[in-house]
Amino acid sequence: MSEFKNTVLEDFKNVWVFCEQRQGVLMPTDFELISEGRKLADELGVKLCGLLLGDKVEHLAKDLAGYGADEIIVCEHPLLKDYTTDAYAKVICDTVVEMKPEALLVGATNIGRDLAPRCAARLHTGLCADCTHLDVEMSTYKDFLRENSTLPEARIENVGTAMVLGKPHDVSKDLKMTRPAFGGHLMASIICPRFRPCMATVRPGVLKKAPFDQARADAVVITKPEVKLCECELKTKVLEVVKESRKLVDLTGAEVIVSVGRGISKDVEGGIKLAHELADVLGGVVGSSRACVDSGWITADHQVGQTGKTVRPRIYIALGISGAIQHKAGMSDSECIIAVNKNDSAPIFEVADYGIVGDLFKVVPLMIEEFKAAIANK
Amino acid sequence: MKIIVCVKQVPDTSGKVAVNPDGTLDRASMLTIINPDDKNAIEAALKLKDETGCRVTAVTMGPPPAEGMLRELIAMGCDDAVLISGREFGGSDTFATSQIIAAGINAIGLEEDDIVFCGRQAIDGDTAQVGPQIAEKLDIPQISYAADIKVEGKKVTVKRMLEDGYMTVETQTPCLITCIKELNEPRYMSVAGIVGAYSKPMDVMDYPRLKDDPLIEVDTIGLAGSPTNILTSFTPPQKGAGMMLEGADKATCEQLAGILVKKHII
Repeated sequence: MSEFKNTVLEDFKNVWVFCEQRQGVLMPTDFELISEGRKLADELGVKLCGLLLGDKVEHLAKDLAGYGADEIIVCEHPLLKDYTTDAYAKVICDTVVEMKPEALLVGATNIGRDLAPRCAARLHTGLCADCTHLDVEMSTYKDFLRENSTLPEARIENVGTAMVLGKPHDVSKDLKMTRPAFGGHLMASIICPRFRPCMATVRPGVLKKAPFDQARADAVVITKPEVKLCECELKTKVLEVVKESRKLVDLTGAEVIVSVGRGISKDVEGGIKLAHELADVLGGVVGSSRACVDSGWITADHQVGQTGKTVRPRIYIALGISGAIQHKAGMSDSECIIAVNKNDSAPIFEVADYGIVGDLFKVVPLMIEEFKAAIANK
Repeated sequence: MKIIVCVKQVPDTSGKVAVNPDGTLDRASMLTIINPDDKNAIEAALKLKDETGCRVTAVTMGPPPAEGMLRELIAMGCDDAVLISGREFGGSDTFATSQIIAAGINAIGLEEDDIVFCGRQAIDGDTAQVGPQIAEKLDIPQISYAADIKVEGKKVTVKRMLEDGYMTVETQTPCLITCIKELNEPRYMSVAGIVGAYSKPMDVMDYPRLKDDPLIEVDTIGLAGSPTNILTSFTPPQKGAGMMLEGADKATCEQLAGILVKKHII
């Protein structure tokens, strides 16, 4: 490791995506990251490689390549069957040192956010956490700022130069990693100008998955580097992996989400029942604000927001949710937002396409009735 | 056995947040609190202290006023505290921060049966990176997202949460564990603790104190030692005003349903 010189940036080439699998099943984030990585690799004019670790996982390579990877680097070893920080970090760092990618993207899952910082610290490089947007190309980055920031045009025009250690640095070839901070109140674009690989964890459910391309899948190149791993080097041991038997709600995949907030407090059970009825009419699922999870009214898998899931369904209905910035950070990209709240100055109305000021317990039964009728009469 | 708990003082982003015209956070107008996940880390350490009588040391890196937070943690039951503070440390990203805190832990002395606790992530940056990076710098195993912790001698068993379940992971001391809110319910300061808080030792570690640790180099700490740089920071625009519907009755809902059908939304 000590021989690794990562300040000679020209030595590093290609974009890599760490492809996470659990019990031999790829995570949905992998496809989002491969799709995004394709775009970045094209902007840089380099190859996109997936990095897949596990035990007997080579057959998954085509599934990944179909979303845009040129090459899948497969590292197989019995000790990589279940995730452990030490085994995965060692194999990833060994492979990076040997093959020298310029960027490494990791899904910001509970595993990715354990693994990526450990690797970045060992490789002596920068890591940007939980990104929601990535750019290389300056013109698309500027367009992104025009649409998603309140920065004046003059500032956006001059965004191509950063001061790095007191000297001006041209960022046109740098990966620009944008992420929310301070609970979504501020956004920041981060660069890693002096070290390689540039690393980012990327929030699941935010980037769009490309269509699957069978021709790309069939054309995949598989590389299998030698994996050097000995049980004697591993300080952690997985005793068991338990999938929760309780059916978790799939918020990120849902087309329609009906979420409840503190407004259901006077009749928690009744409020949640109404949300389910409304969701059923529209073929959706039930979400919630953090307040409901913290109060123990609903389980954490329902939580939408900064510390919960980021969602962008076709329809998002917020019932009795005031709209704290942390909540809005997780749902404001939804296509159509409908809010019902007793308080006409609730911040949720700032992002709502349609707002109704009223008691949800009175309004929702009427909504259910009218939506049913409207759908039946179409 | 002793336990070192890493904590951070953060602006309270759950309340009203003030942003300066230049897009930076107006910290001066905001309240500061102990980072919520770090309180769970403190509670986990104090529970072990209740069971085994081990020593609990709180460590933070921050400006001098962070001492107030450390006194609060002593009032909750910590035995002593370390404030790592110095101009040279300012502007550090997670990589540089972990170098400095790891050097601070080296200065305290990490022994065979010790454990380092951290909160999962701080609410100002939400990175969750400093814990694992400290573990790497100290060359000890890490277990993050801990929802249950059992310590028997040098053996540590942790229930580590995943999005779709959990895994049970075993390791040996010395190790680092990051804690989530499901782990416990943090206790309050006790009256006796508050009375005694100012008589307990508080060590301040500045740059001259830590500079001989190999982790502390000019190019590994502070702004110069941070591999990442902020290119721009900005506030997101508010979405254009939507349509507020009149009333909250049957006619209102009928109108809404009509619009949604017309726009092919339902």
